[in-house]
Amino acid sequence: MSDFTPAQTGRATAEPRPVRYLLIGGTTVFVALFLFAPLLTVFTEALADGWRSALAALSLPDARAAARMTLSIAAIAVPLNAIFGLAAAWAIAKFDFSGKAFLITLIDLPFSVSPVVAGLMLVLLFGANSSLGVWLMANDMRVVFAFPGILLATLFVTFPFVARELIPVMIEQGRTEEEAALTLGASGWRTFLTVTLPNIRWALLYGVLLCNARAMGEFGAVAIVSGKIRGKTATMPTMVEMFYNEYLSVAAFSLAAVLAMLALLTLLLKTLLEWRHADLLAATRLH
Amino acid sequence: MRAKILRSPSPLPGFGVSFAIMMTALSFVVLLPIGALLGRGFMTGPAELWDMVNSRRIWAALMLSFRAALIASLINLFFGLMLAWVLVRYRFWGRRVIDAAVDLPFALPTAVAGIALSALYAPNGIFGQALAPLGLQVAYTEVGIWVALIFIGLPFVVRTVQPVIGELEPDLEEVSATLGARRAYTLRRVVLPALTPALFSGFALALARSVGEYGSVIFIAGNIPNVTEIAPLLIVIRLEEYNYDAAAAIGIAMLILSFAMLLGINAIQIWSRRRIGLV
Repeated sequence: MSDFTPAQTGRATAEPRPVRYLLIGGTTVFVALFLFAPLLTVFTEALADGWRSALAALSLPDARAAARMTLSIAAIAVPLNAIFGLAAAWAIAKFDFSGKAFLITLIDLPFSVSPVVAGLMLVLLFGANSSLGVWLMANDMRVVFAFPGILLATLFVTFPFVARELIPVMIEQGRTEEEAALTLGASGWRTFLTVTLPNIRWALLYGVLLCNARAMGEFGAVAIVSGKIRGKTATMPTMVEMFYNEYLSVAAFSLAAVLAMLALLTLLLKTLLEWRHADLLAATRLH
Repeated sequence: MRAKILRSPSPLPGFGVSFAIMMTALSFVVLLPIGALLGRGFMTGPAELWDMVNSRRIWAALMLSFRAALIASLINLFFGLMLAWVLVRYRFWGRRVIDAAVDLPFALPTAVAGIALSALYAPNGIFGQALAPLGLQVAYTEVGIWVALIFIGLPFVVRTVQPVIGELEPDLEEVSATLGARRAYTLRRVVLPALTPALFSGFALALARSVGEYGSVIFIAGNIPNVTEIAPLLIVIRLEEYNYDAAAAIGIAMLILSFAMLLGINAIQIWSRRRIGLV
């Protein structure tokens, strides 16, 4: 930890000292201006009128309803996508079949679709302008501007997180351990629970962590599908927007500060996982 | 019978169940909605789609989204490489905090980033006031959109390049130094070529994400039609007017342009790999 010594290379393969100082200084300033300043602003703006106003804003009925909505959505969407991710990783990593690469591309697809376009797709599929939407409404089932639509939008944008983290880890671990367990007479389900799951638990937790952060923070797709009805379909991020547009700055930033603290907690847990279990994660290794 | 030919035998159980769960989820959550958008496009027909997209306001929005994403990703390419290099090669106070902070844009909801950037760069914000005497206005201009997209795209470049720098063989740099190359020459001719593929992938990921970005941009952009109105916002506006066909047309145009752009980047990547001779 002595200052400014290159990590693994000797003197002949290190940059001259002034260049090093310049690079370290430059990146520190860049990170401070582009990453830390916005984060800090969230908290200073939330506390602009003091603690009491910030806490009062958080106890507004609209803010509490939005928090409930966000928590309910994440409570359903994250476990569902964890199950999908586990199933996808089991099928893709433990078996050989043709078309695998194409399947992985399809699973990754939501990452390259704009969240707004994702929301648009769901409105086109289930909205009042489609035959399916008309049928749903005739049978008194609402998808768009209601809970199911928000859930589907969240499932779409968070779909790849768990599978993407698990597939490389499970491919690397191979299937010899599972085969040994089966030979020794364990049932398939027991093999999964006692052999596979312990091997992938940290990678699974890592994927779930990222999935949860996105599920609670998704804005674009949810804003379109939910219709942003206060107290009914507004989530925390969409409520932040509505407060902000009504010039309720303290309310907007107080709610934003809660989300920012959640983001910091996510980063903390993620960093801890990376330090302690780097060898068991896909994200921290090169493939 | 066919399934057996396509899949090699395995003693492990559960293929049928896991494959079925995966395909059901994939179909309902991902493929069906994408099909709905593309199907809408087919029913409208290419000529009609073109007519709907071919207006000054929509072209301006599409051009802005792609131009701003390109500029922000190029800036991220530079700073992302610098950041990844410093984080892997140097040891200094605060390195771990900066390393962890790189993922902040992944973890922070985009709307939160959006209002924070807007508050910072607004004329009465801290950065806005500091930049005003220099004649620079960031909020409600295209530069503001760049700032938001730099924030969003940074981790993609850093996290793609960082592991590759960590895996670089120090031997090559030592050989180069022993043979009398100055450090700058070694960096340019030995290190940079080895990082080029990762730089391209990181750039492509940042670009793909920035083009469709909405939450972090709309607050700082000002959203003036033809000037600072991004394509995703125009989709939202059309949907609010219940003009589903027009919204779908812009959505399809965005999908096609993103796809063409990623194909182009792939082609450049293959070409550069061949030229530099790296696998």
